[in-house]
Amino acid sequence: MKFAVQVNTSPYQSNSGHSAYQFIEAALLQGHEVFRVFFYHDGVYQAFKHTTPPDDELQFTAQWSELARRYPVDLVICISAAQRRGLLGMDEARRQGKQDNDLADGFRISGLGQLVEATLEADRFIVFG
Amino acid sequence: MKSYLFVLRKPAHSGAYVQEMLDIILITAAFDQKVSILLLDDGVFQIKKGQYPEKIGMKDTSAIFNALEIYDVNDIYTEVESLQERGLTCSDLCLPVQTLYRKDIAGLMKRFDIVFPG
Repeated sequence: MKFAVQVNTSPYQSNSGHSAYQFIEAALLQGHEVFRVFFYHDGVYQAFKHTTPPDDELQFTAQWSELARRYPVDLVICISAAQRRGLLGMDEARRQGKQDNDLADGFRISGLGQLVEATLEADRFIVFG
Repeated sequence: MKSYLFVLRKPAHSGAYVQEMLDIILITAAFDQKVSILLLDDGVFQIKKGQYPEKIGMKDTSAIFNALEIYDVNDIYTEVESLQERGLTCSDLCLPVQTLYRKDIAGLMKRFDIVFPG
């Protein structure tokens, strides 16, 4: 089965992002394909690389980066949602005359067309949060 | 081509949420997909007449609903019970909608390839 997933909430707003992570990992372990994970609304905060929680707490962003290292999953942050919330990749920051690169490893920034494409390509589309 | 039913359940001006959902709806329609909308629960407030969102620093998202037919989004549904529970009738809404009873919502959802919660 080919899945597309959307994540709409930030790590400390709800556990939906972590539920999505667990679903995706379980699906991949069982040999399913995850075509794309699209982060939208406050879900873009899942990719914020400067998050520094205490050591005894789950490292949500690092977990996503690690997932992207182990599996060929396409983690896409919506550019318009990200810009609203001050999360800029290096290219976009430069275009805006700012010095920043807020995106953790394994994530990339793109547009809403990537979400529509994912829903068209996948057998199942699941929204978390 | 796939058919999409966007199920909108949040009240208007819930932060940027409604505006960002409308962005998804517009881009899906721009990709020439078949797009329908179902307004449920507090979602019916999204198309209530007489909103003055600029007073609270928000955009007028109800105006975007009126522009949807340009994108060939013509099927906008709502639920009789959601309106009744909030003391609303169709004459309180800023555009014509098709109304369904709660018992028929599941049947509507079955007709679509993708039910998109929002």
